[in-house]
Amino acid sequence: MSEPFDPPGEPWVRVSPRLATVRRIGLLVVWVPLSALLVVLLWLVQAWLGVLAAVVALLGLAWVWAVVGRTVRSWGYAERADDLLVTRGVLRRQLVVVPYGRMQFVDVTAGPLDRRFGLATVQLHTAAAATDASIPGLVPAEAARLRDRLAARGEATAAGL
Amino acid sequence: MTEAPVPDAAPDAGTFRRLHPLTPVLRGWKVFAAVVAVALQQMYGDVSPGYLFLAIAASIPVGIAYGWLSWRRTHFRVGRDDLRLETGVLFRRSRQVRLDRLQAVDVVRPLVARALGLAELRLEVAGGSSSEAPLAYLSEPAAQQLRAELLARAAGLDHGSDPAPVAPERVLLTVPLGRLVEAQLRTGGLVGGVVAGVLMVVVAGVSGEVTLLGLALPFLLVAVPAGLGGVVGQFDFTVAESPDGLRLRRGLLETRAQTVPPGRVQAVRVVEPLLWRSRGWVRVEANVAGYVGEGQQRASVLAPVATRDEAARLLAVVLPGLDSRQVVPRGVPRRARWLDPLQWRSLAVGSDDRFLLVRRGRWRRETDLLPHEKVQSVRISQGAVQRRLGLATLHVDTTPGPVAVVAAHRDAVDARTLLDAEVAAARAARAVARPDRWMQPPAAPDGPNVTL
Repeated sequence: MSEPFDPPGEPWVRVSPRLATVRRIGLLVVWVPLSALLVVLLWLVQAWLGVLAAVVALLGLAWVWAVVGRTVRSWGYAERADDLLVTRGVLRRQLVVVPYGRMQFVDVTAGPLDRRFGLATVQLHTAAAATDASIPGLVPAEAARLRDRLAARGEATAAGL
Repeated sequence: MTEAPVPDAAPDAGTFRRLHPLTPVLRGWKVFAAVVAVALQQMYGDVSPGYLFLAIAASIPVGIAYGWLSWRRTHFRVGRDDLRLETGVLFRRSRQVRLDRLQAVDVVRPLVARALGLAELRLEVAGGSSSEAPLAYLSEPAAQQLRAELLARAAGLDHGSDPAPVAPERVLLTVPLGRLVEAQLRTGGLVGGVVAGVLMVVVAGVSGEVTLLGLALPFLLVAVPAGLGGVVGQFDFTVAESPDGLRLRRGLLETRAQTVPPGRVQAVRVVEPLLWRSRGWVRVEANVAGYVGEGQQRASVLAPVATRDEAARLLAVVLPGLDSRQVVPRGVPRRARWLDPLQWRSLAVGSDDRFLLVRRGRWRRETDLLPHEKVQSVRISQGAVQRRLGLATLHVDTTPGPVAVVAAHRDAVDARTLLDAEVAAARAARAVARPDRWMQPPAAPDGPNVTL
């Protein structure tokens, strides 16, 4: 193995690129009104301060816009015989391995925006609160398949605490 | 709901039992205290004392009446595999606790309850946000008897209608009062507080500024009660081993007797504070799945201050089969000094086929021990700086508790190798793990062969 975040023998299954669109819309909804408010307030104090804030806000938006794309492309998961692997992150990369036998329950969630774009999130929970295994940006059919498979595998290999 | 049986009925399985009849008095006393506390706060308001007196007087019968109703409506039954608990005056609740999932049983005796010869029994089951089935209050013998019965059933033994015998125990360690007090005096917070306070006094004396004396007071006032609280809470700390698990007893005013069945300890941390090192003392903490929410920190202490030998004996019981000579910890690469310049040399990880060992801390040494079969999930993470340096951090997740197994700043490829190895070791260990019902145990461990 050459890289610490390499896939486990088989390639990562990537999440839907539509997730980037959903995240960007969410970003605009929060970012634009907030920065507009800040720009107006600063502009009332000093005109040049307002212009400066507008430039910074736009540059920041452009940067986060780009990072969203890379973040979404960084999500990946792989189902092995005994465990599920999930990787994600651009600035802080992470790889988590959750044995099926350790799974306590599986959540499938979809917000209004997710549903509009036909996406859902699958999240695994173990008895450890620190376990951080969620997979966003799945098409509902794949989310349902994954949930059922995880539940079936979990039941087959369940272990006591 | 059938009409309730007589209080303290014969304790055979299958019949519903009640809590002790003095329960409403003890509960009512709490309501009364709360009302008085609120009333005292209101004294400074514009409410006349007459009304307050009325409110307090009225709260007594109301409190007792509610407590009595609540007591009437509370029943429990110990079945073959479960404990059923029926509670609630307005909203009825019937709870079923699976005994094979039992994580710990605590008998808690607050000061007032002790005076009345009563005790509270708490069942801890994994996953709850607080104690799953608190049985408050029982008479002391009834609480002891019920604990023995619950543990016997959880272990997979059925004594039929005979009362379950209380398992014999072997004392592993007791913490003498002198050591407990000295250990508290040797904590950084207390020493720092006293030093800061004394410094203030000296400065005040030299400069003649009397106001500085006032500044010294808070330092001393914060430091002393914290140390005192530790001594009172851990007073007469005793750890014993018995077939139904580890027994922990302690407390001066409120006493607490915990029983953690075998195989319920998820992870252990041995802490060696700098100021204890010359004495060779350590503290042993553990993650137990049932202990969550308030009181978790206190409940998770297996030994507040123990000698190395005592700790080794304790570990041999808690983590049977542990042989730390088998585990050779490996350090981190030198480039980790950019991220942890002072303590990078102390970071190390080792494992054998049963346990994972993680070390950290140059001044305050911490050693985490984790049986592979208790691993819930394994992670590696890599921040931006770590990425530049080719480092990564390994996290091994267990149930919530004071022990968070984190091995920071490993070589990135080594971290991934460790991750894969841990996943494989955990899978192998789960396959041969001892059953939830621990009276069908695997081969006995061969004595304490642990060095710290």
